[in-house]
Amino acid sequence: MKRAWRWLLPLAAVPVLALLAYGFRLNPREIPSPLVGRPAAPFALTSFDGAKLDLASLHGRVVVLNFWASWCYPACYEEAPVLERGWRAYRDRGVTVLGVDIQDKDEAGRKFVQDFSLSFPNAPDPGGKVSVDYGIYGVPETFFIDRQGAIRVKHVSALTDQIFKDTVERLLAEPAPPR
Amino acid sequence: MIALVLALLLALGAGPAAAQTAPRAVDEQQVYAVASELRCVVCQNLSVADSPSEMAGQMRAIVRERLAAGETPAQVRQYFVTRYGDWILLAPPRRGFTLLVWLAPWAAVLVGLIVVSLLVRRWTSRPRPAPAPIDPAMRERIRREMEQEP
Amino acid sequence: MIPEAGTGALLVALVLALYGATAAAIGGRRGRPALIESAQHAALGVFALITAGVLLLVYAFLTFDFSVRYVANNTNLGTPFYYRITSLWGALEGSIVLWAWMLSIYTLIVILRHRTSARELYPWALSVMLSVMAFFLLVMTVAAPVFARLTPVPGDGRGLNPLLEDSGMITHPVALYLGFTGFTVPFAFAVAALITGRVGDFWITTTRRWTIVAWYFLSLGLLIGGWWSYHVLGWGGYWAWDPVENAAFMPWLTGTALLHSVMIQERRRMLRLWNIALVMLTFGLTLFGTFLTRSGVIASVHAFSQGSIGIFFLSFLALVVLAGLGLIALRWDALAAQGELDSVVSRESAFLLNNVLLVAATFTVFFGTVFPLLAEAVRDTKVSVGAPFFNQVNVPLFLALIFLMGVGPLIAWRRASLENLRRNFLMPVLVGIVAAAVIRLLGVSSILAVVSLALTVFVAATIGVDLTRATRARLKMGEPALPALGGLLLRHNRRYGGFIVHFAILVVCVGVTGSQAWSVHTETTLKRGEETALGGYTIRFDGLRESQESNHGKVTGTFTVVNGGRAAGTVLEPAKKFYPQEQSPIAYVDYRLGLLDDIYLVLGDFARDGTSATVKFQVNRMVSWIWIGGLVLTLGTVLAILPERRRTS
Repeated sequence: MKRAWRWLLPLAAVPVLALLAYGFRLNPREIPSPLVGRPAAPFALTSFDGAKLDLASLHGRVVVLNFWASWCYPACYEEAPVLERGWRAYRDRGVTVLGVDIQDKDEAGRKFVQDFSLSFPNAPDPGGKVSVDYGIYGVPETFFIDRQGAIRVKHVSALTDQIFKDTVERLLAEPAPPR
Repeated sequence: MIALVLALLLALGAGPAAAQTAPRAVDEQQVYAVASELRCVVCQNLSVADSPSEMAGQMRAIVRERLAAGETPAQVRQYFVTRYGDWILLAPPRRGFTLLVWLAPWAAVLVGLIVVSLLVRRWTSRPRPAPAPIDPAMRERIRREMEQEP
Repeated sequence: MIPEAGTGALLVALVLALYGATAAAIGGRRGRPALIESAQHAALGVFALITAGVLLLVYAFLTFDFSVRYVANNTNLGTPFYYRITSLWGALEGSIVLWAWMLSIYTLIVILRHRTSARELYPWALSVMLSVMAFFLLVMTVAAPVFARLTPVPGDGRGLNPLLEDSGMITHPVALYLGFTGFTVPFAFAVAALITGRVGDFWITTTRRWTIVAWYFLSLGLLIGGWWSYHVLGWGGYWAWDPVENAAFMPWLTGTALLHSVMIQERRRMLRLWNIALVMLTFGLTLFGTFLTRSGVIASVHAFSQGSIGIFFLSFLALVVLAGLGLIALRWDALAAQGELDSVVSRESAFLLNNVLLVAATFTVFFGTVFPLLAEAVRDTKVSVGAPFFNQVNVPLFLALIFLMGVGPLIAWRRASLENLRRNFLMPVLVGIVAAAVIRLLGVSSILAVVSLALTVFVAATIGVDLTRATRARLKMGEPALPALGGLLLRHNRRYGGFIVHFAILVVCVGVTGSQAWSVHTETTLKRGEETALGGYTIRFDGLRESQESNHGKVTGTFTVVNGGRAAGTVLEPAKKFYPQEQSPIAYVDYRLGLLDDIYLVLGDFARDGTSATVKFQVNRMVSWIWIGGLVLTLGTVLAILPERRRTS
């Protein structure tokens, strides 16, 4: 029996190797957000056109808050048309799309908005306060905020028309909050 | 004379009092200390204090602002943890599952010391044969050689 | 043409390596010298073919042959000449080639040195070395083909990662890989010893110099890596406990443990099982390092890429670990010999303690590095384990090791009498305590810094005690002082080489303590002409200028050191480099090195018109001592591996 104990040595290596193998299934860049399910942080931004944007005034509407940057290629370039289409389709149904340009130069941000003919409000985030408030890791990241003002979905990487439609429809189906 | 001394004391006393009414200046070293416990989100494994990236600079500014507003380092850390999760702390919290990683080093040393002391006990308790007697001349020669040995 | 020729050469090399490994093994088992010689020829062939592959790659780089995908991915028409050559190891595929090439050179040296002196072990050692080479050849032809062809051939390449355009890139991987691959040799001999059953002391005494040389190159690689990090990456530090840094540090720790426990085996014929396990562990950790760098399993600043290559490395690591540990289990009885210890207070105990601490430190670093994986597997949460953790838990272990560094060399073997302890340690302990008091009185507030420096003084005093006593003994015999010292060092070069290496560690320790305890940092926005002060130095922002280099645009800030002793008048020019292939600008730091203080500037945001700029300003203390320690380490190692002089009667 004593002889068998020595085989514990190679056997002990197995769980360690298994753990390393498990690592292949993980994506170290995918970090879950603790903000999902919590009330969205209030913000007050000034859009590129000079209009004031704040979250409180959008209470009762579904808000799609998208964080982007002009240097974020190709993902932001893929999803900009998706957001524009979503905005046009749903703006009269109680959905607001807002874009926040982070870690960028104003001219580059304006050019991006112009190039994609984005008609939804876009604002720069000076000092990065709003992006940190929303726990941003990189771009693009999109938050779907329900009518009560709580963050329901955080989507990392480029949005597609399907995801936009499905999420927004689901949130719109929920009852509106009392005025 | 007493009036002069009193005036001087008043003048000295007035200095610090005047400083207290100014906004609280933040010690950059404290900003650095708090920022070095936070993980830069766009880098690989660098702290917010060390990272040269723009986002880290913005995060440092937020740390500076919050410290200047009177928050404690723990509160500033909590602000980031609420938004990013425990992942943003470069040293895992000392509670719950992550306590394991803090205990591991001591466990390792303890296990090592126990193993070594068990072995040493076994090795020192072996009865040793009595050494053969050596004649004095040989003993002297050995002593001299030992003095020179490294 | 080159892709096909290169791939062909490497495939033939792979076949030869597999053949040679088999031939050497059979030749060893059946006692057939002809087969062993054939394996030797195969090894020579492998070396020649890999060298041909290396030359083909270099040629492809120099002639901008973008039909080779590796060349296209790592250089472009603007890459400077010398970086085109060193790009050879600048990315994943090429780094494997470098590794295999070094292995093939080491194999040839093994053949030359050991084929007659290690008759029993040699065939198996050769077989192991060729098998490891076969694995790396497999990786570079199948998993990460270095000679993959790119079609259509692009007009220009992507370019080298800008962080790699530095002298550190030329030396750091080379030194590090010489260290990593060097540990393959002791491993090969350990396996040979286990397979043949000759688990006595021969295999380890024969590979002693290999262990020292590999350890030295690993130390050098780590120090150069620290230097590179310090002056390129723009964060003002030299060690971040990044997973890949840890992966190189762990074999260094176990290698250090091995260097010491070998001495117990040589002197007292004990710890055979432990030493052979330690060699396996060290080699396994070098493989773990390559796995970590290339698998993307843990995010790291060094990470080359993700892909199937990780599976290759993990499989090979699993094979090596399980086979190695299995062999040890097989030969357990022969290895677990009786040990004998006269007293707990002895050099043997000091060495045992040294090993416990080093292996505990290795375990700590390993556990901390893979803990994020464990946390996600068990608790489904993401956590970070970074510098604050590693610094906190490792510092006590390292301080204890420094203390042992003073005790070990002087304490007697077998049993240290009270007299021996008094003679050797009373003075150094007193000096250490006095030093602690003095340092505290000088105003040092950090307890750790006080303890660290006091221990350094203690250890230095023990080295001094030994040196003076030994030199004095020679002086008594009529030798003049300097030749006495010189003769002493050369006659007992192993011992005094070791002392110098210990001293080098002390120098590094002082550098690390000083930089951690007394460095100061600030970050501020300055208008043109404005000044700011930190740590005894004042700098003034003088302006910005833009320029265009061969493959990047650059914005440089000019700062003048206004006062601060001899540093006054120095102009520092940190910059931001804008490379077309990179999304964000790369910071280029500028610094002024000094023996005691380094002034370190990183340019942050700036106003386009040059009227203001944000700058990270650091005064890093004592960092240069770390690099000086590296030089002393080189001296000590060279002395230690000199061939031993025969004693004159």
